[in-house]
Amino acid sequence: MTAAAHALADTRILTGRSLKHILRSPDTIITTAITPIALLLLFVFVLGGAIDTGSGGSYIAYMLPGILLITIASGIAYTAYRLFMDKQGGVFERLRSMPIARSSVLWAHVLTSVVANLASVAVVLAVALLLGFRSGAGIGAWLAVAGILALFTLALTWVAVIAGLTAGSVEGASAFSYPLIFLPFISSAFVPTQSMPGPVAWFAEHQPVTAIVDTIRALLSRQSVGGDIWVALAWMVGVLVLAWIGAAAVQRRAAR
Amino acid sequence: MTAAPALAPAALRVRGVTKSFGDLAVLRGVDLEVARGSILALLGSNGAGKTTLVRILATLLAADAGTAEVDGHDVAAEAPQVRESLSLTGQFAAVDEVLTGRENLILVARLRHLPRPAAVADAMLERFALTAAGRRRAGTYSGGMRRRLDIAMSLVGDPPVIVLDEPTTGLDPQSRLEVWRTIRELATGGTTVLLTTQHLDEAEQLADRIAILHEGRIVHTGTLAELRALLPAAPVEMVQKQPSLEDVFLALIGHDGPPATAPSGPTAQETAS
Repeated sequence: MTAAAHALADTRILTGRSLKHILRSPDTIITTAITPIALLLLFVFVLGGAIDTGSGGSYIAYMLPGILLITIASGIAYTAYRLFMDKQGGVFERLRSMPIARSSVLWAHVLTSVVANLASVAVVLAVALLLGFRSGAGIGAWLAVAGILALFTLALTWVAVIAGLTAGSVEGASAFSYPLIFLPFISSAFVPTQSMPGPVAWFAEHQPVTAIVDTIRALLSRQSVGGDIWVALAWMVGVLVLAWIGAAAVQRRAAR
Repeated sequence: MTAAPALAPAALRVRGVTKSFGDLAVLRGVDLEVARGSILALLGSNGAGKTTLVRILATLLAADAGTAEVDGHDVAAEAPQVRESLSLTGQFAAVDEVLTGRENLILVARLRHLPRPAAVADAMLERFALTAAGRRRAGTYSGGMRRRLDIAMSLVGDPPVIVLDEPTTGLDPQSRLEVWRTIRELATGGTTVLLTTQHLDEAEQLADRIAILHEGRIVHTGTLAELRALLPAAPVEMVQKQPSLEDVFLALIGHDGPPATAPSGPTAQETAS
């Protein structure tokens, strides 16, 4: 086998291993989905009636993109947790001392995160459909939304990898995700940014969540995505590359 | 269990290895050789640098200076070959607690790209008396079973060199004897074993040769008899008792107190625990 084929095979084997972890504690999928579902209910039945989005559509359709991003932001903490447990228990060192492609160890965790988070997103989406969410988007738009969510997961999971590799405790491994979960609240996810005071509105309009939310919202409501999609992609690819470089640096430092 | 002939190339060869963490010089020039098919016990107190040396040999850590070879491969320049040749059993039984014992072994067999990984796993379960527990999650295992599974995972693929870092720490006496038996069988089968321990009796029981690591250097290497001969013969009164390895160890690292008396102090306590 060539080196590349080896690396792919090793990644596949190790991804199978961490997917088994998820299948044996499927509660992690549900736990990830519970908070977003509670927020969904809260905004649809309690707060949403008082929010004027100025968009004319249903409020649940307006807020759903933000809820999906919150789902992912809370789900990636499990990757940091699983990686931390691997390090703590010595499994990580065992794998790194074996004749396998070293990159496969981290990639397996990252790919598992994408699968697990998309499963959580599917659960939240199902609840949204029950609550009356409807979209006329075609298959192409849905695939684009799935792609954006997968890229968002990929980027944030590499941030989670850094947290998992550097954390000193289980709590520390997941604490980094709290600010990420709150980022959508200071964005266009729940209320239009124009309703916010000047500096807050400025922050909201220039942080990545707004561009991503606006893109997904446009795709699901069959509107033109405009320039938002490029801003969104640039943010996600930028975070992905930086976090990946950061994770590699953390690993190199550990071996020094 | 005799040492391999002098002409056989050493399975492990360490020359002048140094390693510092910040200002702390952990290894200050370690020289060590382990003959093929022999058991060497690396003896040292807590913090003597045993684990640091082991991690360098397992390519998990880079040495600051010096060279180390595993089965003729340089750990820095030929890391992939070293990882093929050497299997590490770390200080904490590194098993996946969510997977069953059998799945843990299959995982390692697949990662080593062996044909028929399930058959390899079943043979290992049999060999380590884990067949009955093979389909239970490793998280439910006792300390001794976990350690046996851990060692079994290291042996998948029959690597020629096995490094065991404090393999019996935290085990009850019976599990400890089981692990000792396993290690003896390994050497009988031709595997080279490097074993670190703070338990002096463990070194006495298992090792062909013993190397004493103290303050970042190997202060002495030899067979148990050679190390005993380092101390002056028992004084005037013809005491039959020979100096125990513990006496030799304490004398060599410059511990205060009279040598060649009955073992006392915390080390003896620890050995008994």
